[in-house]
Amino acid sequence: MPAALKIVLAEDSVLLREGLVGVLTRFGHEVVAAVGDAESLTSAVESCAPDLVVTDVRMPPGLTDEGLRAALDLRAANPSLPVLVLSQYVQRAYAAELLDTGDGTGVGYLLKDRIGQVEQFAQAVERVAAGGTVVDPEVVRQLLRRRRDPLAALTPREREVLALVAEGKSNGAIARALVVTEAAVGKHIGNILGKLDLPPAQDTHRRVLAVLAYLRG
Amino acid sequence: MIRTVVRDVPRTVAYLLSGVLVGVVLMVVLLVLGTVGLVLTPLLVGLPLLALAVLSGGPVGALERRRLLLAAPGPALPDPHATPAEPGLAAWARLRLTERATWRELAYTGLLGFVLWPLDAAVLFGALGMPGALIGAPAQLAMTSAASGDARIAKLWLIDSYDQALLCTVLGVIVLLALLTPLVLYARARAALARLLLAPNEAEAERRLAEVTRSRARLVAAFEAERRRIERDLHDGAQQRLVALSMTLGLARLDAPPELADRLAAAHREADRVLGELRELIHGVHPQVLADYGLPDALADAADRSAVPVELDVDLPRFAESVESAAYFAVREALANIGRHSGAERAWVGGRYTGGRLRVEVRDDGTGGADPARGTGLTGLADRLAVLDGTLSVHSPAGGPTVLSLEIPCPQR
Repeated sequence: MPAALKIVLAEDSVLLREGLVGVLTRFGHEVVAAVGDAESLTSAVESCAPDLVVTDVRMPPGLTDEGLRAALDLRAANPSLPVLVLSQYVQRAYAAELLDTGDGTGVGYLLKDRIGQVEQFAQAVERVAAGGTVVDPEVVRQLLRRRRDPLAALTPREREVLALVAEGKSNGAIARALVVTEAAVGKHIGNILGKLDLPPAQDTHRRVLAVLAYLRG
Repeated sequence: MIRTVVRDVPRTVAYLLSGVLVGVVLMVVLLVLGTVGLVLTPLLVGLPLLALAVLSGGPVGALERRRLLLAAPGPALPDPHATPAEPGLAAWARLRLTERATWRELAYTGLLGFVLWPLDAAVLFGALGMPGALIGAPAQLAMTSAASGDARIAKLWLIDSYDQALLCTVLGVIVLLALLTPLVLYARARAALARLLLAPNEAEAERRLAEVTRSRARLVAAFEAERRRIERDLHDGAQQRLVALSMTLGLARLDAPPELADRLAAAHREADRVLGELRELIHGVHPQVLADYGLPDALADAADRSAVPVELDVDLPRFAESVESAAYFAVREALANIGRHSGAERAWVGGRYTGGRLRVEVRDDGTGGADPARGTGLTGLADRLAVLDGTLSVHSPAGGPTVLSLEIPCPQR
C-alpha cells in the first residue's frame, strides 16, 4: 500500500462528504480537513499543508463553479499542489482550465459518478498526488467521438493510446490495457507527440501538452 | 354604392334598433342611479352609487364595442383598459378611475342614454316609419273605411279613395328608396362616433402591446427559472444520494464474501447506469457550463455531444442569461435535427457578434427539405427568440444544404 496521504476535502453535500471521508480512510489516507465551502477550503489548505486537495466544482455561496475557482487559485499560488476536482458534469472546459495551471501535472478531473468505483477512485487519488494527470474517461470518450484537426492525423491506435494517457496511465499500464509491449506504446506516444507538433522536452510535460491539445480540440 | 347600401340595410336597422333599446334602458338606469345617488350623498351611501354610475361606462363600452360589429363587421375593437398590476377591488377601481378610456366611455354612455338613442329613433322613424305608413295606405284605408270612409296617413294626409291610397304607396316606395342611403350613412357616422370614444387610442394600443411583450418576456423568464430550479433540485437531491449509494455499494463490495460480491456488483452497475442517465437528463435541462463559461464553451460541449461531427467557429463575448440560453438551445435543437433527419456527414456552427447583434449559423451538408412549419421544435425556438426581438430563419431547399441562422440584437455583458 502506498504512503498515507494528508488530504483536504471540500464538498458541500454532507452525505457525500462523509462518504468520501469513509472511502479515503478505507484506503489508508487521512482527511485532515473536510469543509463545505470554497473559502474554508482555501484557509484549510493554508493551515494544514496537505499532500492533496479534493474538491467539488459547484460550491456555496454561489453554487456555480466556486470550488473549481478556488482550486485554480490554489494551484496558481502553489503550482506543485496536487488537486483532484470532482464534477457532476462531463465538461471539457473545466478540465482544460485545470490542466492549464502549473505545468499540468498533479491535477485530476473526475466525474462524481466515478467515486463509486472505489478502487479506481483510490488509484486516481494516488496518481494525482504522485504528480500524475487524470482526465475522466467519460470526457475522453466524448472527445473521441468527434474527428477534428490536429487529432485527425492520429491513427485509431494512437487515439486509444492518447485516451489512456489522458486517464493518467503509465506506459506500462497502457501496454497492459492494449495487450502490446511497452516499447510499442513508447513508439505510439512518440508518433503522437510528433503529429501534435510537440518538440522534445521533459517527457511527462509533453504528455500533458498532448492531453491538453486533445482537450482543447 | 347602391348595392352595398342595400346589403347594409338589415344590419343598419338592427344596429340602430338595438341602440334605441340599449339607450332607453340606460336612460332609466342612469336617471335612477344619478338621482338616488345625489339624494343619498349626504348620507354617504350615495357616493358608491355615483361611483357605480361613473363605472357603468365600462360594461356599456364593452356591449357597444360588440354592437359595433353590426354596423361594421370585422375584428372586434380591442379593450382599451389596462390589466390591474395587482389583485383586489381597490387596485382595480383606482386603475379604472385614472384611465382616460374610462372617462371616454362614460361620456359615450351619457351621450347614448340622453342624446343618441332619441336621434336613432327619429332617424329610424323618418326613414322607415313614414314611408312604411305611406306604403301601407291601402291597408289602412281598408280597415278604417267601414267606420269613417277615410283614413289619415301618417297623421298628415287625409285620403278617401283607393286611387289616392295607391298613389301613397308609390310615393312611399320612392321615399323609402331615396332614404335608404342617408339611413346607412347616418348609421356609419353614428358608428364612427362610437368608435372614436370606445376604441383604444394610439397610446393605449401601444401600451397594450408593450404589456403583452412584457408579459411574454416574464413567461419566458419564469420558464428559465423553472428549468434552473429543476436542475438544482435534481443536482442537490437525487444525484448526490445516488453518488452516495454508489459509494456505499463500492465499499461494501470490497469487504463482501465472493457470493455476495457478485450481487452487489450487479446492483452497483445498475446504480451507475441510473447515475449516468440522470447526469444526461440534468445536462439537458440546463447545462452548468453555459452559466459558468458562456456560449463558446457551451456550444463546444453541444458539438462534442452531436452525433454528426461538428466544426466550430465561434468567437463571442458573454451576453445576458436569456440571450445565451436562447441561442444555446436553438443550436442544440438544430444539431439534434441534423443528427436525426438530415443524413448529413458534417455540420458547421459559426457565431459572431457585430454591430450589437449576435449572429449564429448552423449549416450541414445533408439532404435539405427541413420545414420549420412542421414539428414544434423550431417554432418553439422562434418564439423564444421573438421575445428577445430575435429572429430565426431556416433555409433548406430539397437536396440541401440546410442553413439555420438566428440573430438577436443585444448588448454584451
